[in-house]
Amino acid sequence: MSEHQAVMGDGQAGQAQADQAQADPHSAEPLAPAPADGPRLELPAVGEWKRVSPKYVVVEVVGTLLFGVAACAAAAVLWLVADQQWAIYPGAVIAVGVLVTVALEPRRVRSIGYQLRDDDLLFRRGIMFQRFVAVPYGRMQLVDITRGPVARWLGLADLKFVTAAAATGVAIPGLPEAEADLLRDRLVELAESRRAGL
Amino acid sequence: MSSPTRAASTSLADGAWHRLHPATPLFRGGIFMVAVLGFILANLRERLVDFFFRVPTYGGDPLDEIFRRGAVGWALLAIAVVLIVILVVFYLMWRMHTFRVDAESVEVRSGLLLRSNRRARLDRIQGVNISRPLVPRLFGAARLDVSVAGQDATVQLAYLGSAVADELRRDILRLASGAKQAAAPIAPTDAAPPSDAHPDALHGSAPAHGFEGASRFAAARVQEFLSPELDPDAAPPASVVRIPPQRLAGSIVFSLSTLVLVTLAVVMAVRAATGNPDWLIGAVVPVLGGLGYSFSRFTKSLRYSIAGTPDGVRVGYGLLSTNNETLPPGRIHAIHVFQPLLWRPFGWWQVRINKAERSANRGAAGQAASTTTLPVGTLADVMKVLELILPGYDDDQARALVTQGLLGTGHAGDGFANAPRRAAWRRPLSWRRTGYAVDDGVVLFRRGVITRDLMLVPLARLQSVGISQGPLQRMQRLASAKLHTVAGPVTASLPVVAQAQALVLFQALAAGAVASAEADTTHRWRSERAAAPAGTGTAGAEGAGA
Repeated sequence: MSEHQAVMGDGQAGQAQADQAQADPHSAEPLAPAPADGPRLELPAVGEWKRVSPKYVVVEVVGTLLFGVAACAAAAVLWLVADQQWAIYPGAVIAVGVLVTVALEPRRVRSIGYQLRDDDLLFRRGIMFQRFVAVPYGRMQLVDITRGPVARWLGLADLKFVTAAAATGVAIPGLPEAEADLLRDRLVELAESRRAGL
Repeated sequence: MSSPTRAASTSLADGAWHRLHPATPLFRGGIFMVAVLGFILANLRERLVDFFFRVPTYGGDPLDEIFRRGAVGWALLAIAVVLIVILVVFYLMWRMHTFRVDAESVEVRSGLLLRSNRRARLDRIQGVNISRPLVPRLFGAARLDVSVAGQDATVQLAYLGSAVADELRRDILRLASGAKQAAAPIAPTDAAPPSDAHPDALHGSAPAHGFEGASRFAAARVQEFLSPELDPDAAPPASVVRIPPQRLAGSIVFSLSTLVLVTLAVVMAVRAATGNPDWLIGAVVPVLGGLGYSFSRFTKSLRYSIAGTPDGVRVGYGLLSTNNETLPPGRIHAIHVFQPLLWRPFGWWQVRINKAERSANRGAAGQAASTTTLPVGTLADVMKVLELILPGYDDDQARALVTQGLLGTGHAGDGFANAPRRAAWRRPLSWRRTGYAVDDGVVLFRRGVITRDLMLVPLARLQSVGISQGPLQRMQRLASAKLHTVAGPVTASLPVVAQAQALVLFQALAAGAVASAEADTTHRWRSERAAAPAGTGTAGAEGAGA
């Protein structure tokens, strides 16, 4: 990451460059404390982030495309059948938006990461809008595993870590099913050994 | 709390099934039902007779018609049967509605056809609430709500004798606290039929005979009605915070809703003067509604008191219908102290909290659920209340931090990590004051200038912590932070903080939350800290009842 720092300077980091900093997801994060004020929000001195399966991109892309196709079809029907000229514009905007989202999808999926630390679960996601969450294991109320149709076909599952706070929002999507089950058991075990009240 | 009545009391918390106050069905809507029935009969009797008996033409009053046909006996019999059926149903409902309290849980079972059974574990108690709506209060009855975490997860004991409710609350809190006491022998008797062992206790007075009994009953009721809301023995006077009525009135007058109301009224007056009466009628309704709301807010918050007892904070309020809630230590997840602009000249503050319990009760000041701990108070009151609801967080440094958090303008070295100058354009007025502090197991978020806000979250209750950064924030090396607590009126978030400071905060809280949660023993708040100083500032009362 150090080479990017030189490029980006102070406060001038363009979005594209900032994304490149994130582009190589499987490289370990620097273990040494990062410079206190790096170019982007990055936790210093944390271990290696575990990433979700790259296949999860397919799930996201299919979902986005389905939405895009449905919206464009509705716009087309309005335009061609009901003769509503204006429907072209929202249709076009949605189509462009969908294509951009699909193009960025691999990166967004690679940005999802989690870590099991000694006493808490660390979670991150997002490139443009980054988010880091730390949840102590003892706060776990339940672990939810869900499988959508596409994800099931790919052998993936989504894991959700639920606490008493709705805002926690730690959902790790796109885990291989066996790994999701293992992670669930591990989390329950950790939570049991560190049981805390509300 | 070491009153001799504890040992001598005929405790209902003995693990056996007990019944509620015999007038319960009446209080629970029976009176309302009878009144509605009476109203319907009085107003619609002609129509009803017409409808049921197909006698379209009769002269005048149906009572005359009945008399004329010589059916008086049948009519009386029908009324008697209806009354008896109602009474039997009420009696059966009362018979079937039983509760028991043992060392582990509070349990209620009720229902004639649809049996229901609700049970709350005592170590999960979030609060115990005694409410006395006006009519039951006149008859010396009270409702006891034992709430556990969750949406409307309360076990309701409605209704009990007033004195019994107080006593039962004390017993439930004692059992829940995990205090090692052998005061009440606990002998769960599952199969035993409900015992009427304490009819006196349930009635709340000695059995009455004739006129003398009735007058004694009335005298007891009057005495109960006039007695102070907070038992003077229950809490040391120094820890009690009260609100003078004139301050309460002032706080309502100087509020945003009043401003809107006055503006509306002025506009209306002007329009009326220039002659446009049609429009006026539509505008009167919201004004009257607003006045009614303000008035009910006023009466509900009258006689407000907050006090520290050995088993937690007691918040009581209400003039005619009263409410009295006990929050054991460690049941408060987030605290928000704030001051609207209009209150600043008077130095008034309001304190709101988040709790895991989401009761359906309407709280003071009109808010859903009793989350307003202090409707209006001075800085000194706020300090006292914070001491009560954040036990153990009352040293000099804490006071200095809280004072800075409330009044500080955000100079360097005031104990808070404030937003840097480059964030000024995001919060032109308040960026200097926008900052955080972590001290002794409590996180403080300070923000806002027009409305001054200070959020306090005990780390032992923190569910998780999150920091986030958007593209614009990244360019400026800024971030925002959010503390995730149970849902409630308080959202502890910091809209802007320097990126490096956000990382420091994140790491401090991630570690602190784990450590505090491990050290926390409040689910059995008296069991493991017997030697430690009591957090509620009433150390002397600890274990006195043993």
